[in-house]
This record gives sequence, C-alpha cells and structure tokens, in this order.
Amino acid sequence: MATTQIRTRSERFWSAALWTTSILVFVFLLAPILAIVPLSFSSGQFLTYPIPGFSLRWYADFFTSDKWLHSLWNSMVVGVCSTLLATALGTVASLGLVRANFRGKGLIMGLLLSPMIVPLVITAVGFYFFFAPLGLTASYTGLIVAHTALAAPFVVVTVTATLQGFDMNLARAAASLGANATTTFFKVILPLIAPGVASGALFAFATSFDEVVVVLFVAGPEQRTLPREMFSGIRENISPTITAVATILILFSICLLVALELLRRRNARMRGIS
Amino acid sequence: MSENPLKARLRRAERMRQLKAFGLIAPLLGFLLIAFVAPIASMMLRSVHDTELREVWPTVTQRMDDWTDRKAVPDEATFAALAADIKSSFADKTLATAARRLNYDMRNGRSLLFATARALPPTADNWTQAVISANDRWADPETWGAVKRASGPFTSYFLLAALDRNRTAGGKIIAQPPEEALFVDVLKRTFVVGLGVTLLCLVLGYPVAYLLATLPPDRGNLLMILVLLPFWTSLLVRTAAWVVVLQEHGLINNALIWLGIIDQPVRLIYNQIGVYVAMTHILLPFMILPLYSVMKAIPPSYVRAARSLGAPPVTAFVKVYMPQTLPGIGAGGLLVFIMAIGYYITPALVGGAGDQLISYFIAYYTSSSVNWGLASALGAVLLTATLVLYWIYNKLVGVDGVKLG
Repeated sequence: MATTQIRTRSERFWSAALWTTSILVFVFLLAPILAIVPLSFSSGQFLTYPIPGFSLRWYADFFTSDKWLHSLWNSMVVGVCSTLLATALGTVASLGLVRANFRGKGLIMGLLLSPMIVPLVITAVGFYFFFAPLGLTASYTGLIVAHTALAAPFVVVTVTATLQGFDMNLARAAASLGANATTTFFKVILPLIAPGVASGALFAFATSFDEVVVVLFVAGPEQRTLPREMFSGIRENISPTITAVATILILFSICLLVALELLRRRNARMRGIS
Repeated sequence: MSENPLKARLRRAERMRQLKAFGLIAPLLGFLLIAFVAPIASMMLRSVHDTELREVWPTVTQRMDDWTDRKAVPDEATFAALAADIKSSFADKTLATAARRLNYDMRNGRSLLFATARALPPTADNWTQAVISANDRWADPETWGAVKRASGPFTSYFLLAALDRNRTAGGKIIAQPPEEALFVDVLKRTFVVGLGVTLLCLVLGYPVAYLLATLPPDRGNLLMILVLLPFWTSLLVRTAAWVVVLQEHGLINNALIWLGIIDQPVRLIYNQIGVYVAMTHILLPFMILPLYSVMKAIPPSYVRAARSLGAPPVTAFVKVYMPQTLPGIGAGGLLVFIMAIGYYITPALVGGAGDQLISYFIAYYTSSSVNWGLASALGAVLLTATLVLYWIYNKLVGVDGVKLG
C-alpha cells in the first residue's frame, strides 16, 4: 500500500512537471504572435500596452497605401503563377517517381528535393549571379521561375506520399477498359489524389508567399512582395501598420491550417474507400 | 542459345514502363537542372574561377601559362608582354583592377605596379633589363609566382580566404594574421549558435512532444494545433512579433519596469539573446514534429513492463523510454541544426553587428561589398557543411522521412 502511494505521488509530481513545462512552451510559442494582434487595433502610435483606444486606422493605412497594396498584388501574382507551375510539374513527376525503380532513382529524388535542403541564401545568390546576364533579375519571370524551383519539392513530397496509398489496380482497370493514359489520369487518378495535390499546392503557395531571401536578391523595386515590404519595415522602423499586416497574415495561416486539415481528412476518407 | 521470347518481351515491356516513368519525371528534372542546379553549380565555379587579371592583362597572363620553372624569372618575351600590358592598362585606367587582384597574392602589389608603370621607358631593346631597372622586385621569381597565381583561370585564393588562409609570395599556405582573420570566427559562431539553438529546441521540445504523443488522440490533436499554428505563421510575422516583444520599449521591458523589477530597459534584442530566442521560437516545431512521430510509434507496453519489474518511473523513463526516442532526437536535432546554420533573415533582423552568421557574409559580399569570388567561396563552405549533415540525416531517417507536419 505504502509503495503504491509513493509511486502515485511521484507520478503525480512528474505529470505536473510535464504539464507545467509544456504549458510554458506553448506560451512561448504563441504569446508573441498573439501579443501583436491587439496592438494592430490600437489608436496609438506606440507598440505597447495598455492600448489607449480601439481603432482601425492601421488597417485603413494598409488598404489605402499603394506601396502595401502593390506588394500584396505582387505576392499574389508570383504565388499563384509559381504554384500552378510547381503543382503541374510536381504532380507529373510524382506519377513517374512511384512507378520508377531504375538505377539512379535515389539520385534523381535527391536532386528533385534539393531546393528544400540548400540554404536559401546560397539559392538566392546563385539565382542572382545566374539571372543577371540573362536579364531575368528585376523581372516577374525570374521571380516566378525561382519560386517554382523552391516550391516544386513540396508538391513532390506531398503527392508521392498520397500516391503511396493509391491503388494502382484502378488505373490498370481503366486501361483494360480502353482508356488511354491521359483519360486515365484525368478521370481516375486525379479525382482520387486531388486532396493530396491540393495540399501540395497549398504548401507550394505558402512557400512562395512567405519567401523573402530570394526576393531580396532577384526582385527589383517593381516586384517587391509583401514579405519584402515587411522586411524593410521591420529593419527600418517597426510601425503599427506592420502589426496590422501581421494580423492579416496570421488569419491567413489559420485558414491555411484549417484547409490542410480538411484536405487531410478528405484524403483519409478517400483512401478508406479505395 | 536463344532466349525465352516471353522473358524478352516482358523485359522489353518493363523497359518501356521505366522509360515512361522517366518521361514523366523529365520535365521537372529538366526544369530544376536548368533553373536550380545550374545557378548553384555556376556559383560554386565562381569560387575557384578567376579571370579578373586575364581581362586587363591578356598578353602576360597568357604567357604565364608556359612559365614552369618557378626558380628563375621568365624569358625576355614575357617581360616585354608585361611591359606592354602595364602600359596599355595604365593608359586605359584599368591598372587599378590589376593592382587590386595582384594585392590578393602579394604584399604592396599596388605600389609595385604604379611605380613600374611610371618608370617604364617608352621603348627598350631589352625589356628584361628595362622592367627590372624600373623596379627590382621583378628580378625576384616570387613576384612572378604571384602574377602566375593571379593569372587564373583557376585559383584557390577565395576558398583559402574563406578559411582565413592565404599564400605567401612563394606559394606556401599560411594562416592570416589574427587582426585580419574573420571567417573562421564566423564559422565557429555559426556552429555554436546552431548547436545552442538545437539544444534549446531539444530541451523545450522533448517534454511537449512527449505530452502530445501520450495524451489521448482527441486532446493530443487539439494541443497539436498550438504547435502547428506558429509553424504555419509567416517567418516575418514571427520575427516582427519578437521585435515588438523584445525591443527597448517593447512588451517585456515595459512589463518589467511596470512591475518595478528593473528601472532601466534591459537590452534584449540586436544581441545574442535576440538571436537565440527568435531562432529557437522559429525552429522549435521542426524539433517537436519528428520527435512526436517517433514517440507516437513507441508502444507503451515496454515502460509498463519495466515498471512492473520494479523500476521507479524515472528509471523506466530514462533507461527504457528515452533510448527508443534517439532516432527522433537525431532527426529533429540534425534538421534544426541544418536549418539554423543556413539562417539569414532572423539573425539579420534581431541580431547585432557581432552576431551575424555565415549567411549574412555571403549576402554582404554579394551585394554590399562586391567580392563575388569570396561570397561564392563562403557559400561553398556552407553548402558542403549542409550536404554532409543532410547525408547523415538521410542515412538516419531516409528521404521519405521528410515530414511536413
């Protein structure tokens, strides 16, 4: 009896210690992000509590500033274009990768994933040296090409993972019924792996939308994206407008997280059917 | 002996299948080879490629390729070529470029060139004598050795400089004098910060991963959102948040002053504290997620068995549970370390001038102080370190182990 009691007490102690440290870590992870949300609604100039009053002036500042709206537009254009390219190239490559078992597949896989591994500053400087003589610096084309290269591996990882759970007999059944490869892909494979492709596309968009190092080197003043404007803002003088932009971006990440979770569930359900 | 026709046809069909598979991979592979591998390869080439002197001194650098006897000065034709190149580059005002490049390989190269250029006669019967009488350092084969090394087209100068090494005029590799050494310290700092951030992430991440993995799934998944939300929040938002929290009149300083704990704001940002705090915050999810996926797969029966055999909870945890989480510690630790040593944005925004990591110097030598050879050489050092670590990571968890949360 006595031993169980001691054991329970020490167990209770460890459990309390575990919860305490974990809660402190959660606070560390979330508090700074959440702390800037109320500041964006402040009517005052200073980024400090207590807030003098409620106002939407920093949001008005964002939505009426040509500089900020142009950067948002740039981020959207570059993000959407590179996502479309990366998703198309990445999905097709994933279809090949799950069927391939030739020699050198490991090397090819390594090459396809290398943009995820190489430190961004090296990638950015490499692009800068390479694009300058081709006239691709300070152009949308250059930026979209660079972001496509960075985003494609995320599509490959996500879609190959989805295809691993895909029953290839379905494709064979379609082929045996006379469908050609293109019809099989669009009518049978794509509808079933669509949730995986969509998550890959979301990863790709998030990669481009949050990228700043390559933008710093490759983009000109015309192509400054939202993260690029934030970078200057933080470096020069952090204004309440930045907290408003940050709040909008936090909202954006929450939407992204929810969308990915919904896609994950849908994918799991589809696997259950097939 | 004829082969079984069915076997041959099967093999042909398989080959066709593989060819088709490769055909599907080819577009992305081709795109990445051109748009990603080629830029990085050409950057790496830049760290050993060097044509600066070749462009302003075309004749003498060409002749240096044939000069092999390094104990003696070159022949008359080479002296004549040097005199011609010095004169024409002096007239074109490109002698300064040659001087800058030659200074990498010898001391006072600049004064030597300008003194020679001013003292050279318009014409001479014997250029060897004319050049040597213009400046007697040209009689020293070591001076010519430096010209040869600077002639390119390949050089080890930038790579050696990235490791604080240099060559003497005679070609021996020596360490830079301490007051000029810079990059070995930067490399050390990069590794120390990377290691420190990795350890902080491990200490903070381990309990959280354990809690998430051992809770019932519904509550565990709910708490997982608290890790995934910061993971998905923009890097710049998180960095901006830390600037707001840590700056001189930021939230922490104001709170501490309001509570009466301090009178004057404490410096929490633009120094090491800022770098460690912000980088740990940003990289912590990359530690928690691999640890979580390893811990989730550990059956609870082993610890129960240890407990039932009389092991106290701490012993059971340390001796039975922790060894099983080592793959997760290795994977998470390597991932965080690899990402930390390549970080640029966060240290640039929350670190002080003395806290910048190697990435900052790569960017600095690319855009602010244009020395592309040095930038590329520093990049080569960082890329090598990253690839070696990634190779280890790959051995440990495999390419398929890359989890995206």
